[in-house]
Amino acid sequence: MTALLEIEQLGVDLAVEGAQRTVLRDVSLTIGAGEAVGLVGESGSGKSMTARAVDRLLPARATVRGAIRFDGRDVLALRGAALRDYRGEVAFVFQDARAHTNPVRTIGDFMTETLRTQRKLRRPEARRRAVALLAEVGIEDGERRLGQHPHELSGGMLQRVMIATALLTEPRLLLADEPTTALDVTTQAEVMAILDDLRRDRELALLFITHDLELAGAVCDRTAVMYAGQIVEQRASHLLHDDPLHPYTAGLVAARPSISSTSPRLAAIPGRPLSAFEAPEGCAFAPRCGHADEVCVATRPDVATIDEGAARCHHAVALRGRLAEAFRV
Amino acid sequence: MLRFLLQRLALLATTLVVASFAIYSALYAAPGNPIATLTGGRTPTPEAIAVLEARYHLNDPFLVRYWDWLVGALHGDLGVSIPLHQEVSTLIGERIGTTAALVAYAAVIILVVGVGLGILGALRPGAVDGAVIVFTTISAALPSFVASIVLLLVFAVNLGWFPAFGTGTGVVDGFRHLTLPACALALTSIALVARITRAAVRDELGREHVQTAISRGIPFPAVVRRHVLRNAAIPITTVAGLTIASLIALSSVVERAFALNGLGSYLVQAALSKDFAVVQGISLVLVVAFVVVNVIVDLLYATLDPRVALGSRAT
Repeated sequence: MTALLEIEQLGVDLAVEGAQRTVLRDVSLTIGAGEAVGLVGESGSGKSMTARAVDRLLPARATVRGAIRFDGRDVLALRGAALRDYRGEVAFVFQDARAHTNPVRTIGDFMTETLRTQRKLRRPEARRRAVALLAEVGIEDGERRLGQHPHELSGGMLQRVMIATALLTEPRLLLADEPTTALDVTTQAEVMAILDDLRRDRELALLFITHDLELAGAVCDRTAVMYAGQIVEQRASHLLHDDPLHPYTAGLVAARPSISSTSPRLAAIPGRPLSAFEAPEGCAFAPRCGHADEVCVATRPDVATIDEGAARCHHAVALRGRLAEAFRV
Repeated sequence: MLRFLLQRLALLATTLVVASFAIYSALYAAPGNPIATLTGGRTPTPEAIAVLEARYHLNDPFLVRYWDWLVGALHGDLGVSIPLHQEVSTLIGERIGTTAALVAYAAVIILVVGVGLGILGALRPGAVDGAVIVFTTISAALPSFVASIVLLLVFAVNLGWFPAFGTGTGVVDGFRHLTLPACALALTSIALVARITRAAVRDELGREHVQTAISRGIPFPAVVRRHVLRNAAIPITTVAGLTIASLIALSSVVERAFALNGLGSYLVQAALSKDFAVVQGISLVLVVAFVVVNVIVDLLYATLDPRVALGSRAT
């Protein structure tokens, strides 16, 4: 599989109250054409920042290190029209569809804006395409919807509009930043199914950001787990659950309540999640890890490749096979 | 839409009735006696007083006099000026054009300069924004009578670019005569509108939907025009509308400073000479203008923001 998106040792510092704070550190990730990759982690672990860096949506005065390449192009060097064309090839679906649509413009204006202003399509043609895509995301009365405003649509409906809109420019990569988190569970399943179908039909690459390990596993070929601004593990999704390589992943898996058995308490990872800027000298997860020793506290681990997977842990090889058991109650 | 309009018109009528009553009763209670003004300080005979009181219905009960005045006002008859023996509506008609032109001119200046400066400040942080802040701080602190004097001194007396007083004749000359007064009138309001515009544009620039537009590859100028300014227009309209409506009352200061024969300066003059009918008439006209401008702003507001359901209660 040829790589469509290559992120190499991406590091990002944001200016927060005058000081530079590291939010991403050494993030390397590759997405092949048509491949779906999940990016999982707790709030503040850097998932969204990674996606924003890919779409060049970082706040002003952010310092970016490393490289991002899309189809051979140096993304970080793109300017002006080249950057706008690139953004047409990489579509972004945001978490909060309501906040991310202009409340005073109609759905039709929102959907066809890029087609009309950038692709120079005539309005009737742009609207025809929008209605066709709305039908694909399960909105049948598209013509009527185009005349409505965002506040007249439900949350699930609006997120489907967002997905349809993202696909209108026929992108090659979709960055979905928790597209279903703001929706209720049944709507969530519906929207995910639509997203997955459309993606497969179009052989669209997907970077799917979620805090839901199972959901990522269901949709994505490969899943990367982030902790404190770093990717701590990358693995084929179906192996992540039963054969985790990193103690943090094992902890996340164990923290999922099981449907088949009852237990008085849910397993939890002790301590609180850290942000990249407050991570200690050694392994960022060491303060919360049951397997940590002096080595973990002293030196930052490199990425170890194990069986097509990768883990950023000093003891990944030694702990292999024991992690899933260790957390099981 | 029709229901909204009818509701607004009902509100307008209620406001006017309440305002007219307040105006009438305030002047009724005010010290001073029109007859004393009329007779010029001489003590008239009781018979003469009785004749005058009968002619101007000065002895009727308050509510009867108010009712007569209100009914007359609805027919366009605002009574007679006691000192001048002229119809109040004629006196107002002679001067309303000057005030309307002055306020309209100032409104255009406020909108163009105020909104323009606000956008500039919001989009160009740093030196440009700093300059906008300094200018608006100064102009906001400058009362219009001081601004009038400064403008007169610099542009009329020293540079001689504009005439110092009067309304001039013809359209072009009229413009020249109104330029300095309109600037003086607009100066304070420019600051307010510029600051609100700056804040609104800043606020919209930081919104998520603007980020969506940028993430979709829409050029920045189009993002600003189609999403930032379009949405910022909602708060700007509200403030600009209120500001322009208040210019009508503020115009009295500027009209006196530039010796313009408008409603504002005449209001002050009439109040000084206890010409109650004229004061009441002009006050009523000012209230009507204020309320009408507000209704226009409300209508604009509803077209700008689709979330404002026409005719429904605001929540």
